[in-house]
Amino acid sequence: MRAEPFAFAAGDWRAEIFAALKKQQVRQMAYVPDAGHASLIRACHADGAIDCTVLTTEEEGVALLAGAELGGQRGVMLMQSSGVGNCVNMFSLLKSCGFPFVTLVTMRGEWGEFNPWQMPMGQATEETFKRSGFVVYRADTGEDAAAMTGSAMRLAYDSNCPVAVLLSQRLIGAKDF
Amino acid sequence: MIGRREAIAEVLKDRPDNLLVISGLGSPTYDVAAAGDVAQNFYLWGAMGGAAAMGLGLAQARSDARVLVVTGDGEMLMGLGSLATLGAKAPANLAILVIDNEAFGETGGQTSHTGKTTNLAAVALACGFRQVATAHKQADVASVKQLVLEERGPVLGVIKTASDELPRVLPERDGHIIRNTFKTALTNQQ
Repeated sequence: MRAEPFAFAAGDWRAEIFAALKKQQVRQMAYVPDAGHASLIRACHADGAIDCTVLTTEEEGVALLAGAELGGQRGVMLMQSSGVGNCVNMFSLLKSCGFPFVTLVTMRGEWGEFNPWQMPMGQATEETFKRSGFVVYRADTGEDAAAMTGSAMRLAYDSNCPVAVLLSQRLIGAKDF
Repeated sequence: MIGRREAIAEVLKDRPDNLLVISGLGSPTYDVAAAGDVAQNFYLWGAMGGAAAMGLGLAQARSDARVLVVTGDGEMLMGLGSLATLGAKAPANLAILVIDNEAFGETGGQTSHTGKTTNLAAVALACGFRQVATAHKQADVASVKQLVLEERGPVLGVIKTASDELPRVLPERDGHIIRNTFKTALTNQQ
Protein backbone atom coordinates (compact mmCIF):
# COMPACT_ATOMS: atom_id res chain seq x y z
CA MET A 1 0.00 0.00 0.00
CA ARG A 2 1.41 3.38 -0.98
CA ALA A 3 1.61 5.75 1.97
CA GLU A 4 -0.20 9.09 1.77
CA PRO A 5 1.99 12.05 2.74
CA PHE A 6 0.98 13.47 6.09
CA ALA A 7 1.67 16.51 8.21
CA PHE A 8 0.37 17.14 11.74
CA ALA A 9 -1.86 20.19 12.24
CA ALA A 10 -0.18 23.06 14.09
CA GLY A 11 -0.43 22.50 17.84
CA ASP A 12 -1.18 18.75 17.59
CA TRP A 13 0.81 17.30 20.51
CA ARG A 14 0.85 13.87 18.82
CA ALA A 15 3.63 15.27 16.62
CA GLU A 16 5.91 15.11 19.66
CA ILE A 17 4.81 11.56 20.47
CA PHE A 18 5.58 10.58 16.88
CA ALA A 19 9.02 12.20 17.14
CA ALA A 20 9.68 10.23 20.33
CA LEU A 21 8.69 6.96 18.61
CA LYS A 22 11.00 7.74 15.70
CA LYS A 23 13.85 8.64 18.03
CA GLN A 24 13.40 5.27 19.74
CA GLN A 25 13.50 3.49 16.38
CA VAL A 26 10.04 2.00 16.49
CA ARG A 27 9.60 -0.26 13.45
CA GLN A 28 6.18 -1.82 14.02
CA MET A 29 2.97 -0.13 15.12
CA ALA A 30 -0.17 -2.14 15.85
CA TYR A 31 -3.53 -0.55 16.52
CA VAL A 32 -7.24 -0.72 17.03
CA PRO A 33 -8.33 2.72 15.88
CA ASP A 34 -9.43 5.51 18.17
CA ALA A 35 -10.29 9.09 17.21
CA GLY A 36 -7.77 10.33 19.76
CA HIS A 37 -4.98 8.45 17.97
CA ALA A 38 -6.13 9.32 14.42
CA SER A 39 -3.36 11.76 13.49
CA LEU A 40 -0.66 9.56 15.04
CA ILE A 41 -1.96 6.54 13.11
CA ARG A 42 -1.89 8.52 9.86
CA ALA A 43 1.65 9.71 10.59
CA CYS A 44 2.84 6.14 11.18
CA HIS A 45 1.20 4.93 7.97
CA ALA A 46 2.91 7.74 6.07
CA ASP A 47 6.32 6.78 7.49
CA GLY A 48 8.22 4.40 5.26
CA ALA A 49 10.12 2.79 8.14
CA ILE A 50 7.15 1.90 10.36
CA ASP A 51 5.15 -1.22 9.50
CA CYS A 52 1.55 -0.63 10.61
CA THR A 53 -0.87 -3.45 11.41
CA VAL A 54 -4.56 -2.89 12.03
CA LEU A 55 -5.92 -5.50 14.46
CA THR A 56 -9.32 -7.10 14.88
CA THR A 57 -8.85 -7.11 18.67
CA GLU A 58 -6.20 -5.64 20.94
CA GLU A 59 -4.83 -8.93 22.24
CA GLU A 60 -3.47 -9.66 18.77
CA GLY A 61 -1.23 -6.61 19.19
CA VAL A 62 0.35 -7.99 22.35
CA ALA A 63 1.32 -11.21 20.58
CA LEU A 64 2.31 -9.38 17.39
CA LEU A 65 4.75 -7.06 19.14
CA ALA A 66 6.21 -9.96 21.11
CA GLY A 67 6.91 -11.61 17.75
CA ALA A 68 8.44 -8.40 16.45
CA GLU A 69 10.73 -8.24 19.47
CA LEU A 70 11.83 -11.84 18.90
CA GLY A 71 12.87 -10.71 15.44
CA GLY A 72 14.73 -7.69 16.81
CA GLN A 73 12.27 -4.87 16.08
CA ARG A 74 10.79 -2.36 18.51
CA GLY A 75 7.07 -1.74 18.48
CA VAL A 76 4.21 0.19 19.99
CA MET A 77 0.48 -0.49 20.27
CA LEU A 78 -2.15 2.23 20.08
CA MET A 79 -5.53 1.47 21.58
CA GLN A 80 -8.43 2.87 23.56
CA SER A 81 -9.06 2.06 27.22
CA SER A 82 -11.97 -0.22 26.31
CA GLY A 83 -9.47 -2.52 24.60
CA VAL A 84 -7.29 -3.08 27.65
CA GLY A 85 -9.60 -5.70 29.11
CA ASN A 86 -9.44 -7.66 25.86
CA CYS A 87 -5.70 -8.19 26.45
CA VAL A 88 -5.56 -9.53 29.98
CA ASN A 89 -4.62 -13.16 29.41
CA MET A 90 -2.30 -12.24 26.52
CA PHE A 91 -0.37 -9.97 28.90
CA SER A 92 0.87 -13.21 30.53
CA LEU A 93 3.03 -13.68 27.43
CA LEU A 94 4.93 -10.51 28.35
CA LYS A 95 5.41 -11.46 31.97
CA SER A 96 6.23 -15.13 31.31
CA CYS A 97 8.97 -14.32 28.81
CA GLY A 98 10.18 -10.87 29.88
CA PHE A 99 9.10 -9.18 26.67
CA PRO A 100 9.40 -5.41 26.48
CA PHE A 101 6.10 -3.78 25.48
CA VAL A 102 4.78 -0.24 25.11
CA THR A 103 1.20 0.83 24.58
CA LEU A 104 -0.33 4.30 24.32
CA VAL A 105 -3.91 4.29 25.54
CA THR A 106 -6.50 6.96 24.87
CA MET A 107 -8.78 7.12 27.89
CA ARG A 108 -12.56 6.99 27.91
CA GLY A 109 -14.85 6.69 30.87
CA GLU A 110 -13.30 9.34 33.06
CA TRP A 111 -13.41 13.06 32.20
CA GLY A 112 -16.84 14.26 31.08
CA GLU A 113 -17.77 10.90 29.59
CA PHE A 114 -21.02 10.91 27.64
CA ASN A 115 -21.41 7.15 27.15
CA PRO A 116 -22.08 5.14 30.32
CA TRP A 117 -20.90 1.94 28.58
CA GLN A 118 -17.36 3.36 28.59
CA MET A 119 -17.28 3.80 32.36
CA PRO A 120 -16.57 0.25 33.65
CA MET A 121 -13.44 -0.40 31.56
CA GLY A 122 -12.25 3.19 31.72
CA GLN A 123 -12.33 3.14 35.50
CA ALA A 124 -10.64 -0.28 35.63
CA THR A 125 -7.88 0.48 33.10
CA GLU A 126 -5.09 1.64 35.39
CA GLU A 127 -5.63 -1.14 37.93
CA THR A 128 -5.83 -3.76 35.17
CA PHE A 129 -2.44 -2.71 33.85
CA LYS A 130 -0.88 -2.62 37.31
CA ARG A 131 -2.19 -6.04 38.22
CA SER A 132 -0.78 -7.34 34.93
CA GLY A 133 2.69 -6.13 35.89
CA PHE A 134 2.84 -2.88 33.91
CA VAL A 135 4.51 0.38 34.78
CA VAL A 136 1.76 2.96 34.23
CA TYR A 137 2.17 6.63 33.29
CA ARG A 138 -0.71 9.07 33.01
CA ALA A 139 -0.38 12.14 30.81
CA ASP A 140 -2.57 15.18 31.31
CA THR A 141 -0.62 17.45 28.95
CA GLY A 142 0.79 16.97 25.46
CA GLU A 143 4.27 17.74 26.73
CA ASP A 144 4.01 14.97 29.33
CA ALA A 145 2.64 12.55 26.74
CA ALA A 146 5.71 12.92 24.53
CA ALA A 147 8.19 12.75 27.42
CA MET A 148 6.44 9.72 28.89
CA THR A 149 6.44 7.96 25.52
CA GLY A 150 10.20 8.36 25.26
CA SER A 151 10.70 7.20 28.82
CA ALA A 152 8.32 4.26 28.31
CA MET A 153 10.33 3.07 25.31
CA ARG A 154 13.54 3.19 27.31
CA LEU A 155 12.04 1.43 30.32
CA ALA A 156 10.59 -1.27 28.12
CA TYR A 157 13.49 -1.94 25.77
CA ASP A 158 16.38 -1.25 28.14
CA SER A 159 14.81 -2.66 31.31
CA ASN A 160 12.56 -5.35 29.77
CA CYS A 161 9.20 -4.41 31.19
CA PRO A 162 5.76 -3.61 29.88
CA VAL A 163 4.74 0.06 30.08
CA ALA A 164 1.40 1.79 29.45
CA VAL A 165 1.04 5.51 28.83
CA LEU A 166 -2.52 6.64 29.52
CA LEU A 167 -3.53 9.73 27.57
CA SER A 168 -6.20 11.20 29.78
CA GLN A 169 -9.63 12.07 28.50
CA ARG A 170 -9.09 15.60 29.78
CA LEU A 171 -6.08 15.88 27.46
CA ILE A 172 -7.82 14.35 24.46
CA GLY A 173 -11.11 16.10 25.02
CA ALA A 174 -14.38 14.44 25.94
CA LYS A 175 -16.28 13.26 22.88
CA ASP A 176 -19.35 15.31 21.96
CA PHE A 177 -22.34 13.73 20.26
CA MET B 1 -6.22 -41.23 10.08
CA ILE B 2 -3.01 -39.24 10.02
CA GLY B 3 -0.76 -39.53 13.10
CA ARG B 4 -0.04 -35.98 14.26
CA ARG B 5 3.45 -36.62 15.50
CA GLU B 6 4.51 -38.44 12.34
CA ALA B 7 2.99 -35.66 10.23
CA ILE B 8 4.85 -32.87 12.07
CA ALA B 9 8.05 -34.91 11.95
CA GLU B 10 7.65 -35.17 8.18
CA VAL B 11 6.98 -31.43 7.77
CA LEU B 12 10.01 -30.50 9.89
CA LYS B 13 12.38 -33.19 8.56
CA ASP B 14 15.50 -31.59 7.02
CA ARG B 15 14.11 -28.16 7.87
CA PRO B 16 15.68 -25.21 6.06
CA ASP B 17 18.21 -23.13 8.02
CA ASN B 18 16.07 -20.01 7.78
CA LEU B 19 12.91 -21.66 9.15
CA LEU B 20 11.57 -20.21 12.41
CA VAL B 21 8.77 -22.11 14.15
CA ILE B 22 6.26 -20.85 16.71
CA SER B 23 4.17 -23.58 18.30
CA GLY B 24 0.74 -23.06 19.85
CA LEU B 25 0.13 -24.26 23.39
CA GLY B 26 -0.69 -27.88 24.14
CA SER B 27 -0.04 -30.75 21.78
CA PRO B 28 1.47 -28.69 18.92
CA THR B 29 4.25 -27.63 21.31
CA TYR B 30 4.87 -31.29 22.19
CA ASP B 31 4.73 -32.33 18.51
CA VAL B 32 7.22 -29.66 17.43
CA ALA B 33 9.59 -30.51 20.29
CA ALA B 34 9.35 -34.22 19.46
CA ALA B 35 10.37 -33.48 15.88
CA GLY B 36 13.60 -31.83 17.07
CA ASP B 37 14.17 -29.50 20.01
CA VAL B 38 16.15 -26.77 18.23
CA ALA B 39 16.85 -23.15 19.14
CA GLN B 40 14.79 -21.88 16.18
CA ASN B 41 11.59 -23.10 17.87
CA PHE B 42 9.58 -20.77 20.08
CA TYR B 43 7.28 -22.84 22.27
CA LEU B 44 4.10 -21.27 23.60
CA TRP B 45 2.71 -22.70 26.82
CA GLY B 46 -0.07 -20.16 27.11
CA ALA B 47 -1.21 -16.97 25.33
CA MET B 48 -3.98 -19.00 23.69
CA GLY B 49 -5.13 -17.38 20.46
CA GLY B 50 -1.90 -15.44 19.96
CA ALA B 51 0.28 -17.81 17.94
CA ALA B 52 -0.65 -16.55 14.45
CA ALA B 53 -0.37 -12.87 15.44
CA MET B 54 3.02 -13.56 17.03
CA GLY B 55 4.08 -15.20 13.79
CA LEU B 56 3.07 -12.06 11.89
CA GLY B 57 5.18 -9.79 14.09
CA LEU B 58 8.17 -12.09 13.68
CA ALA B 59 7.67 -12.46 9.91
CA GLN B 60 7.47 -8.68 9.51
CA ALA B 61 10.66 -8.22 11.53
CA ARG B 62 12.58 -10.93 9.65
CA SER B 63 11.89 -10.85 5.94
CA ASP B 64 14.96 -13.08 5.46
CA ALA B 65 13.31 -15.93 7.39
CA ARG B 66 10.41 -18.27 6.71
CA VAL B 67 8.05 -18.26 9.69
CA LEU B 68 5.86 -21.29 10.35
CA VAL B 69 3.21 -21.25 13.06
CA VAL B 70 2.21 -24.77 14.09
CA THR B 71 -0.93 -24.75 16.17
CA GLY B 72 -4.10 -26.64 17.03
CA ASP B 73 -7.68 -26.07 15.99
CA GLY B 74 -8.68 -24.79 19.44
CA GLU B 75 -5.84 -22.26 19.58
CA MET B 76 -6.56 -21.09 16.04
CA LEU B 77 -10.26 -20.73 16.75
CA MET B 78 -9.51 -18.49 19.73
CA GLY B 79 -7.49 -16.23 17.43
CA LEU B 80 -9.80 -16.47 14.42
CA GLY B 81 -9.71 -12.69 13.98
CA SER B 82 -5.95 -12.85 13.50
CA LEU B 83 -6.54 -14.67 10.20
CA ALA B 84 -8.24 -11.46 8.99
CA THR B 85 -5.26 -9.43 10.24
CA LEU B 86 -2.81 -11.75 8.46
CA GLY B 87 -4.83 -11.70 5.26
CA ALA B 88 -4.86 -7.90 5.29
CA LYS B 89 -1.08 -7.66 5.78
CA ALA B 90 -0.30 -10.54 3.40
CA PRO B 91 3.20 -11.43 4.67
CA ALA B 92 4.93 -13.42 1.92
CA ASN B 93 7.12 -15.32 4.43
CA LEU B 94 4.43 -16.56 6.83
CA ALA B 95 2.68 -19.93 6.92
CA ILE B 96 0.19 -21.40 9.38
CA LEU B 97 -0.15 -25.13 9.93
CA VAL B 98 -3.16 -26.28 11.92
CA ILE B 99 -3.09 -29.73 13.47
CA ASP B 100 -6.83 -30.25 13.46
CA ASN B 101 -8.10 -33.07 15.69
CA GLU B 102 -11.53 -31.42 15.86
CA ALA B 103 -11.31 -31.47 19.64
CA PHE B 104 -9.99 -29.68 22.70
CA GLY B 105 -7.47 -32.42 23.39
CA GLU B 106 -5.89 -31.01 26.54
CA THR B 107 -9.14 -30.64 28.41
CA GLY B 108 -10.94 -33.91 27.89
CA GLY B 109 -11.41 -34.10 24.15
CA GLN B 110 -14.55 -31.99 23.86
CA THR B 111 -15.60 -31.55 20.22
CA SER B 112 -14.42 -28.23 18.78
CA HIS B 113 -16.06 -26.06 16.13
CA THR B 114 -14.01 -27.74 13.39
CA GLY B 115 -15.65 -31.01 14.42
CA LYS B 116 -19.00 -29.38 13.78
CA THR B 117 -19.21 -26.68 11.13
CA THR B 118 -16.05 -24.55 10.87
CA ASN B 119 -13.58 -25.06 8.01
CA LEU B 120 -10.39 -23.18 8.95
CA ALA B 121 -8.88 -23.44 5.45
CA ALA B 122 -12.01 -21.86 3.98
CA VAL B 123 -11.91 -19.11 6.63
CA ALA B 124 -8.28 -18.34 5.78
CA LEU B 125 -9.07 -18.21 2.06
CA ALA B 126 -11.97 -15.85 2.72
CA CYS B 127 -9.58 -13.64 4.73
CA GLY B 128 -7.28 -13.26 1.73
CA PHE B 129 -4.70 -16.02 2.23
CA ARG B 130 -2.98 -16.83 -1.07
CA GLN B 131 -3.31 -20.60 -0.82
CA VAL B 132 -4.66 -23.23 1.54
CA ALA B 133 -4.57 -27.02 1.58
CA THR B 134 -6.00 -29.76 3.77
CA ALA B 135 -4.51 -33.21 4.34
CA HIS B 136 -7.02 -35.96 5.14
CA LYS B 137 -4.66 -38.88 4.64
CA GLN B 138 -0.93 -39.51 5.09
CA ALA B 139 -0.25 -39.21 1.35
CA ASP B 140 -1.51 -35.58 1.43
CA VAL B 141 1.06 -34.47 4.02
CA ALA B 142 3.85 -33.98 1.45
CA SER B 143 1.84 -31.41 -0.48
CA VAL B 144 0.89 -29.57 2.72
CA LYS B 145 4.59 -29.54 3.63
CA GLN B 146 5.44 -28.04 0.26
CA LEU B 147 2.73 -25.40 0.73
CA VAL B 148 3.78 -24.24 4.20
CA LEU B 149 7.53 -24.29 3.54
CA GLU B 150 7.80 -23.03 -0.01
CA GLU B 151 4.76 -21.21 -1.37
CA ARG B 152 4.39 -17.45 -1.19
CA GLY B 153 2.49 -16.52 1.96
CA PRO B 154 0.27 -16.07 3.66
CA VAL B 155 -0.66 -19.72 3.33
CA LEU B 156 -2.49 -22.08 5.67
CA GLY B 157 -2.32 -25.84 5.79
CA VAL B 158 -4.61 -28.09 7.78
CA ILE B 159 -3.70 -31.62 8.80
CA LYS B 160 -6.75 -33.57 9.92
CA THR B 161 -5.60 -35.92 12.61
CA ALA B 162 -6.82 -38.42 15.18
CA SER B 163 -7.85 -37.08 18.57
CA ASP B 164 -6.01 -39.72 20.60
CA GLU B 165 -3.67 -38.56 23.33
CA LEU B 166 0.05 -39.21 22.85
CA PRO B 167 2.84 -39.23 25.42
CA ARG B 168 3.85 -35.65 26.15
CA VAL B 169 7.23 -34.41 24.99
CA LEU B 170 7.96 -31.46 27.22
CA PRO B 171 10.51 -28.87 26.06
CA GLU B 172 11.73 -25.90 28.13
CA ARG B 173 8.89 -24.21 30.02
CA ASP B 174 10.61 -21.07 31.30
CA GLY B 175 9.59 -18.32 28.87
CA HIS B 176 12.68 -16.22 29.56
CA ILE B 177 14.92 -19.12 28.57
CA ILE B 178 12.83 -19.91 25.48
CA ARG B 179 12.99 -16.26 24.38
CA ASN B 180 16.71 -15.88 25.00
CA THR B 181 17.56 -19.17 23.30
CA PHE B 182 15.54 -18.18 20.23
CA LYS B 183 16.96 -14.64 20.06
CA THR B 184 20.52 -15.89 20.48
CA ALA B 185 20.05 -18.34 17.64
CA LEU B 186 18.75 -15.53 15.41
CA THR B 187 21.65 -13.25 16.31
CA ASN B 188 24.17 -15.97 15.54
CA GLN B 189 22.51 -16.60 12.19
CA GLN B 190 22.86 -12.98 11.02
